[in-house]
Amino acid sequence: MKRQMTGAKMIVQALKDQGVDTIFGYPGGAVLPIYDEIFQQNDIRHILVRHEQGAVHAAEGYARSTGKPGVVLVTSGPGATNAVTGLTDALLDSIPLVVLTGQVPTFMIGTDGFQEADTVGITRPCTKHNWLVKETDKLAETIHQAFHVATEGRPGPTLVDIPKDVQFAKGTYTEPKTANVANYQPSMKGDVEAITAMVELLETAERPIFYTGGGVINSGPAASQLLCEWADAANVPVTSTLMGLGAYPASGKNWIGMLGMHGLYEANMAMHDCDVMINIGARFDDRITGRLDAFSPKSTKVHIDIDASSINKVIHVNVPIIGDVGHVLEDALKIWKARGRKTNAEALSKWHAQIDEWRARRCLSYINSDKIIKPQYALQRLEALTKKYDRYITTEVGQHQMWAAQFLGFEAPNRWMTSGGLGTMGYGFPASIGVQVAHPDALVINVAGEASWLMNMQEMGTAAQYRLPVKQFILNNERLGMVRQWQELLHGERYSHSWSESLPDFVKLAEAFGAKGILCTDPADLDDAIMEMIEYDGPVIFDCLVEKHENCFPMIPSGKAHNDMIMGEADTSDAIGDTGAVLV
Amino acid sequence: MSALKIKKGSSSHSAYDLRDPNADVVESHTLACVVDNEAGVLARVIGLFSGRGYNIESLTVAEVNHEFHRSRITIVTSGTPQVIEQIKAQLGRIVPVHRVHDLTVEGASVERELALFKVAATGEQRVESLRLADIFRANVVDSTLNSFIFEMTGTSEKIDAFADLMRPLGLVETARTGVAALGRGPEK
Ligand SMILES: Cc1cc2nc3c(=O)[nH]c(=O)nc-3n(C[C@H](O)[C@H](O)[C@H](O)COP(=O)(O)OP(=O)(O)OC[C@H]3O[C@@H](n4cnc5c(N)ncnc54)[C@H](O)[C@@H]3O)c2cc1C
Ligand SMILES: Cc1ncc(C[n+]2csc(CCOP(=O)(O)OP(=O)(O)O)c2C)c(N)n1
Repeated sequence: MKRQMTGAKMIVQALKDQGVDTIFGYPGGAVLPIYDEIFQQNDIRHILVRHEQGAVHAAEGYARSTGKPGVVLVTSGPGATNAVTGLTDALLDSIPLVVLTGQVPTFMIGTDGFQEADTVGITRPCTKHNWLVKETDKLAETIHQAFHVATEGRPGPTLVDIPKDVQFAKGTYTEPKTANVANYQPSMKGDVEAITAMVELLETAERPIFYTGGGVINSGPAASQLLCEWADAANVPVTSTLMGLGAYPASGKNWIGMLGMHGLYEANMAMHDCDVMINIGARFDDRITGRLDAFSPKSTKVHIDIDASSINKVIHVNVPIIGDVGHVLEDALKIWKARGRKTNAEALSKWHAQIDEWRARRCLSYINSDKIIKPQYALQRLEALTKKYDRYITTEVGQHQMWAAQFLGFEAPNRWMTSGGLGTMGYGFPASIGVQVAHPDALVINVAGEASWLMNMQEMGTAAQYRLPVKQFILNNERLGMVRQWQELLHGERYSHSWSESLPDFVKLAEAFGAKGILCTDPADLDDAIMEMIEYDGPVIFDCLVEKHENCFPMIPSGKAHNDMIMGEADTSDAIGDTGAVLV
Repeated sequence: MSALKIKKGSSSHSAYDLRDPNADVVESHTLACVVDNEAGVLARVIGLFSGRGYNIESLTVAEVNHEFHRSRITIVTSGTPQVIEQIKAQLGRIVPVHRVHDLTVEGASVERELALFKVAATGEQRVESLRLADIFRANVVDSTLNSFIFEMTGTSEKIDAFADLMRPLGLVETARTGVAALGRGPEK
């Protein structure tokens, strides 16, 4: 039976049919008909943010922690432009989102109408795909397509721009199953010959490594399980990018820690010296590769990625496998088992011994203090005291983000939400809100720097309004710490504009929003303060005053190779050459 | 042809690509993309080239299948083998792009361009321009007492050569369509 309804009703119907339970949004003139429909139903919960950027990051947090697409609704013009940073963030980190924007009526497009912006033009390069819908009859189908494109293949943000007259007009509703999505069908299965080539390489490898990334998380929990099964059965060391943390458990016997610019010494050395590198859903980002011509020079490289454009983009690989991580690993395991579960056991035990030697350098060592809280210590205590909870961590961007990646352990996928590709300060707080909305009973902590946190602090209103007990764990060094670190290492300690002046009193700020504020300045008080934060049933701002000049190590300076890491304070002079200084 | 002398058309080299990724030999390739003729599709394709810093040497676009609203975008671009592979992969992931053909490696192809030349000349030069047009099989599509417009189709090289000859004879304006190309043989 064909159903006639207004565009606005269609939107809500389409969202319901897509299984959406929550949307993050902010109203305005061009979306009022949609808000009117939202008012008249109870199936979809609308979370009113305080800024559209917050809505998009919250949807990202929701999406990354559930595996479902995040949904955003904002108005035309400034509503849409405020969403741009979030869209770009989601594009770089492959997060599935569907963003609905209002637009001026079709007959006013192009007239510089009130709150008109060329939303589709502005967001074309920062969405996976976008649409301007000019007929109500096409609206439902387009929304279904937007969900399909956002979630299939390499996930990413999509946007549907909906003029106000299209929302008012009546049209025919299209069910999800009759929507035409045939045009976009990325293939999931990898080429069997290439998979067999990978298995063969692994069977004889002397120094193999699994270099895993966000693609394992994107592929779903089954992919993480297959990864663990294969790594443990074949005794292969596993490292991961920032985006892939949790896919292989931090307590797993083959875990060697995060790699990259601020990765662990043992992980980077193993990447540099391996003979077979199997990249599973990672994209050879420049934070990983360092100097390209010195990147793992002796290894044969395999790359599993669902996006053909990720392959040979920066690093030339010997065996490309285009497909979904879960599907490819399933086939690989079958083939490996059928061929007799072969490994090069003798060489492998030597390889593990070598890695243990590297590990013995204890690259995360730092000089602790009983007078001032070291940020690393704060995170170690946070880890110890929160590990047993049903815990989700988000972060802002900077030193604290790297320390969180180094000092917190993740046992399962979808528990770690961070802005990796774009590095968006202001991501973590709204993301924590999105996570908490999706997991109301979980312990959700945003590990923040004070500067990043201020960028979207208006979302305190959202946390308070919906009684979301998000914990804002601010490592307050009164510095734009990561910038300060680079200025110290690269710009002759000239600290140009890299300190946080005129900071608010975070305890009073929390109280002003009806939340709880905790100030901690003494290492001796830290455990009690953290417990107080955990036990408080409501949003908390935890102002943890830490050492102001701590640097984050280890560090591969820009333009250097993996085996050229700076390990600690003593190591830093003249570490970065002139060519490195131009890189970011 | 690339530095490692991999024969053109010999490989779809998805599995084992032996070329030196750092080879800086710049090749020119003709790519044909079959796309949905929907609003903004050309902007997506062009935006990809400008956003990622790729070259466009020539671009033609028109709807070629009215029933299914399919357009064919023919792009002549240049880059190292690695860049060309990236361009194809990036084009391939644009949602309304159905197929990307690299006519330069997919065997022999026919490439043609149409050009119009306005030549203002009198006396001996006017006669000479007509004579050359005849040799190049260019047609006169407009004439006044002191000018001609010649129309010519051919490869881009042929059109370049004709333009070079016309310049001293009084070439005042040129319009070119850019390359349209199809692979030879019965296959799609
Ligand atoms: C201050 C700062 C410092 C940083 N330092 C580091 C660092 O030291 N170490 C580090 O690792 N990162 C670091 N990063 C993050 C870094 O910038 C990148 O975001 C990150 O390394 C990319 O992770 P990834 O390779 O896993 O790719 P992602 O961005 O997660 O991309 C996933 C890849 O998997 C593919 N994929 C997606 N879905 C699937 C699927 N289903 N099947 C198969 N493939 C799929 C995609 O096509 C893509 O190629 C830092 C970021 C910041 C802000
Ligand atoms: C929106 C945005 N602006 C600027 C930057 C550049 N940047 C990266 S880290 C950083 C400092 C972050 O300071 P803070 O949040 O206090 O964290 P810390 O490094 O001190 O832990 C800056 C300015 C960025 N990543 N994002």
